[in-house]
Amino acid sequence: MPDETVLAQASVAGSLESYLFVSALLFLLGVASILVRRSAFYILMGIELILNAANLNFVAFARFGGHGIDGQMFALFVIVLAAAEAAIALAIMVRIFHDFGSVDITRTDSLRD
Amino acid sequence: MDMLPFDVNTLTALCWALFVIPFACAFTLINFGRKLPRGGDWLATAGIASCAVIAITLFFKVIVGFGAPEWAWSSAAYGLSWDWISLESLQLPVGFYLDNLSVIMLTMVTIVATCIFFFSQGYMHGDRDYPRFFAYLSYFCFAMLGLVVVDNLLFLFIFWELVGVGSYLLIGFYYDQEEPPKASLKAFMVNRVGDVLFLLGIIIAWQLVGTLNYTEMFAVLESGAFADRTGWALAGWDTQTLLTLSGILIFCGAISKSAQVPLHTWLPDAMAGPTPVSALIHAATMVAAGVFMVGRMYPYFTPDALLFITGIGALTALIGATMGLVMWDIKKVLAYSTMSQLGYMMLGLGVGGYVAGLFHLITHAFFKACLFLGSGSVIHSVHSQDMRDMGALKNKMPWTYRTFLVATLALAGVPCFAGYYSKDQIVANALSWGLSHGVAYYVPFVFAVVGAFMTTFYMFRLVFLTFHGTPGDQHKYEHAHESPAVMVLPLVVLAIFGIGAGGTIHPLAEHGNLWFNRLVPEPASAAVAGLEHVGADTSVHGESYETYLEHFEHNLHVAHYPALIVSILAIVLGILLARRMYLTKATDPAAVARKFGPLYGIVCNKYHFDDMYGRKGVVGGLMFMNRAFAWFDKNVVDGIVNFMGLAQRFIAFVTGLFDKYVIDGLVNFWRFFVRALSSILRLVQTGNVRDYLTWTLLGVLILAITLA
Repeated sequence: MPDETVLAQASVAGSLESYLFVSALLFLLGVASILVRRSAFYILMGIELILNAANLNFVAFARFGGHGIDGQMFALFVIVLAAAEAAIALAIMVRIFHDFGSVDITRTDSLRD
Repeated sequence: MDMLPFDVNTLTALCWALFVIPFACAFTLINFGRKLPRGGDWLATAGIASCAVIAITLFFKVIVGFGAPEWAWSSAAYGLSWDWISLESLQLPVGFYLDNLSVIMLTMVTIVATCIFFFSQGYMHGDRDYPRFFAYLSYFCFAMLGLVVVDNLLFLFIFWELVGVGSYLLIGFYYDQEEPPKASLKAFMVNRVGDVLFLLGIIIAWQLVGTLNYTEMFAVLESGAFADRTGWALAGWDTQTLLTLSGILIFCGAISKSAQVPLHTWLPDAMAGPTPVSALIHAATMVAAGVFMVGRMYPYFTPDALLFITGIGALTALIGATMGLVMWDIKKVLAYSTMSQLGYMMLGLGVGGYVAGLFHLITHAFFKACLFLGSGSVIHSVHSQDMRDMGALKNKMPWTYRTFLVATLALAGVPCFAGYYSKDQIVANALSWGLSHGVAYYVPFVFAVVGAFMTTFYMFRLVFLTFHGTPGDQHKYEHAHESPAVMVLPLVVLAIFGIGAGGTIHPLAEHGNLWFNRLVPEPASAAVAGLEHVGADTSVHGESYETYLEHFEHNLHVAHYPALIVSILAIVLGILLARRMYLTKATDPAAVARKFGPLYGIVCNKYHFDDMYGRKGVVGGLMFMNRAFAWFDKNVVDGIVNFMGLAQRFIAFVTGLFDKYVIDGLVNFWRFFVRALSSILRLVQTGNVRDYLTWTLLGVLILAITLA
């Protein structure tokens, strides 16, 4: 379907680089959130940010690389995966809070021994 | 089967009854004897008396019921033999075997035993262990009757040992005295020697003929169908040697059981038992079992084995008689007399007088039992066994004296008495043997005649010292009294047999016409027949064995009257000499003893047989050997063991070092190594999630950079 591809390309706003830039920004924000914050919630949110940065990359490359909708499909899977991950992570956090009295990850170092 | 006096089932039942009844009595008395009235003596006596009735019934049925000289049954067809041990490679049936000989033997044993049981009621009266005595006596009868009725050598051996146990128990009956337990042990040990050899003989016989049943053995032997002897042949043994060897070994059983030289030493000591025991076991029945066994196995013995038997018998007859001359103990005299007479029987069997030897066994049993019971009666009355304490007792104990005299005359072989017929036959056979073989072979005849002279001498010495002359001990003489009827009646019965057992009182009766000779024919030698089959040399002095036998038969007729005259001369001489020395005291016995000097000493010391076996002889040698073995064990065997122990310990020490330092060292090294390594690696494992994340990101970063 060359017509549709052309149509898709035609309706694109901006360039690939701008998408990648936003994506990199999101990734860095996520990494910073993971490395800097002590609360498990923020780390979880940082991971979500990284996942979304990856999603943005998938979609952008799909849109500009001429690969059909493969990238969009991946993004959908990642979103579902992220939801599942959040559910599990929240459950873990409930347990951590129950055992340690907080969700401060610097205090959960009992695995070392 | 018409020949049998009873139907087979009745006969079987009677055979069973013969030895089950005494066993049941013994069992009852051992367990309940003290609770029974009179200690249960009536039960034991009734038991043996019923056996006597059975035996006598059988005996008369044998004589009246059929004319055939032998009736035997043992094959499975009659159901009288049954499997004892039945394996593929080993068949040991057991059964009953009755022929004229065993029926006569049964009759003799049961009649003598019945007399002795009655006598014991008086003799043992008031004894602490009265029921036990009768229990043992019954037990002995069980074993003795079993010995007579079994049909094979193995079971004969088993009962042989059982009578030995009975003998042991009864010799040691007065277990709280010093002598009897020792004597019983001695009897047992000396008999062991002979019995082991006997067993060896049985084993060789088994190897040779493959069966132990009498009839089958002789049948196999006669046909020359010897069993596989490959092993023996390889070892260089030929059939003749083996047959002779096993015959001699089997006879060795009889040497100890029948008190033959050189295993006779237990018999005089066995007199430590109660006198009825001496009469029953050590005069009439058990010691005669050896003779009975030789008679049973007679066809099995080769001429060489018979020569050996003759030699032992002749020696025993003479040596026993000489020792009888010098004893002062009334029972010891009788014991040596028994030994001597058993020697006569063996001599008779050995020279070919099968009938004569066995006939003497039967007649001797009656009058020797009578003599022993008579001596028991005397001992019971004067409470001493030393003849020097006795004397002039014929006034106090007339019936004991009369019966004793009759038995003495019978033992001496005075014409018309039972012993005359049997002993004279033995002497005649010995003479015939000498005539048939040559000069050197007159020795048994000479021994027999000299023995006959001595027998008469010591028996009349005994009679004169005990019943005639003056009392040796006045106090004992005054308290002496005739024994009660229960003791005297058995004496009378036995004395009657002492006259009547010959079956005739005609002094010149033809031997062939005597009841025993007619009932017990001499069996043909199966050994000779078998050896001829396998081609061995059985000739005697260059003649065939058959010719030799004809010569022997002929010489027997020639020998009859010379032997008779010589015997009677010996007897008369013996009586006269005894009368001169002990009745009229014309010659001082002590002077005669001095004249013989060292010889007298040797005889008094029983030819040093006991010393020979004692601490300085066989036993001493054995003990020295034991000590030597113990030393060897302790120093050499234990030394080797201890050295091995030490060596093992050293090796273990060395391997221990290796274990400790090399193996353990390796293990420890790995421990330290791993710990050292891990202590570095552990640094990474902080347990802090943030660190892990940092490392992860760092890794991703490195990946990204390197892959870019």
